[in-house]
Amino acid sequence: MDLYFIAARHQLLELAAFLDRVERAEGTADFRLAALRRALPLLQRSRGPRVAKILTALSDSSRHPIPRATTKSACGACPPASGRRRAAKS
Amino acid sequence: MRYIEPHAHMVSRTTDDYRAMVAAGCAAVTEPAFWAGFDRSSVDAFYDYFCQLTDYEPRRATRYGLPHYCWLCVNPKESEDAGFAREVLKIIPEFLPRPTVLGIGEIGLNKNSRNELAILEEHIELAVKYDLLILVHTPHLEDKLKGTRLTLDVLKAHSKVRPERVIIDHVEEHTIAMVLEAGFWAGITLYPDSKVSPARAVDMLEVYGPERLWLNSACDWGHSIPLNVPYTAMEMRRRGHTVAEVDRIIFQNPCRFLRQSPRFEIPEVPG
Repeated sequence: MDLYFIAARHQLLELAAFLDRVERAEGTADFRLAALRRALPLLQRSRGPRVAKILTALSDSSRHPIPRATTKSACGACPPASGRRRAAKS
Repeated sequence: MRYIEPHAHMVSRTTDDYRAMVAAGCAAVTEPAFWAGFDRSSVDAFYDYFCQLTDYEPRRATRYGLPHYCWLCVNPKESEDAGFAREVLKIIPEFLPRPTVLGIGEIGLNKNSRNELAILEEHIELAVKYDLLILVHTPHLEDKLKGTRLTLDVLKAHSKVRPERVIIDHVEEHTIAMVLEAGFWAGITLYPDSKVSPARAVDMLEVYGPERLWLNSACDWGHSIPLNVPYTAMEMRRRGHTVAEVDRIIFQNPCRFLRQSPRFEIPEVPG
């Protein structure tokens, strides 16, 4: 607790500030915010592993290679049009 | 403190970084071939890059007394154009006899596409043919879990791949167990924003133990911290790990893996 509590408190406030900032901003939130919100309850699990569960929740859970890479970047959450459905069709 | 930096893209870093790494106890650095941040436009551009990795960069590191080794490949970010990637693959054997080349890497997947997978398989064949070590990149963020699974499937299906000669890098909490359980080495990459923080890296060490694990900064042209391996050593000490435990994970483990290549030699460094 002595080593990490202040840092954890800081990171929790940063997350809260991010959500407030998004709420104040103009424009429409996309799938990334929805994915983040879905992952938040995993923090409240009574037992771990919480990090692995959150990483898995934010991952593409499909199993087959996609037909073609159309971008080089990852965005941190699985876009609704990619992943499961597209790979399943391939 | 002594340590090995087994994954650093030093061509993107300044001489100040070399100085700081050596001052912090770095005893050797190994540099996988990487994406430049833009697609190279010709095979000749790769030829020049491989010359840089095998000739110029070791000489630059030598000015700081630091042994520099490298890994060669077409990075997965440039594997979608399979025809072009195959042209580059053809020139790699010319560089393999050079004295600081340890193996093939960092190969792997980026967006988990069919072409990326095909080029990964061809790189593995090359490594097997020349009996070289393999360094595997796993994808970023949402693509990591799927990419790690696909990569493991390919490696496990190859009868001549020896898991103890393959390091699968950039593992995180949701992929580390599957890599270690399959008998491969796992690399934990210490990044400021994506990948793993020093504290999470030490968490994984405590949960999974030090066997077949190494730490690296993977510092490059992006937001990254070349001294993150010694910073993580400090984190271990802060949590009460002994000097010997630190030395095992940041020096002895990478030495044990890398010494499977007869080319990897470092001057005797006191522990």
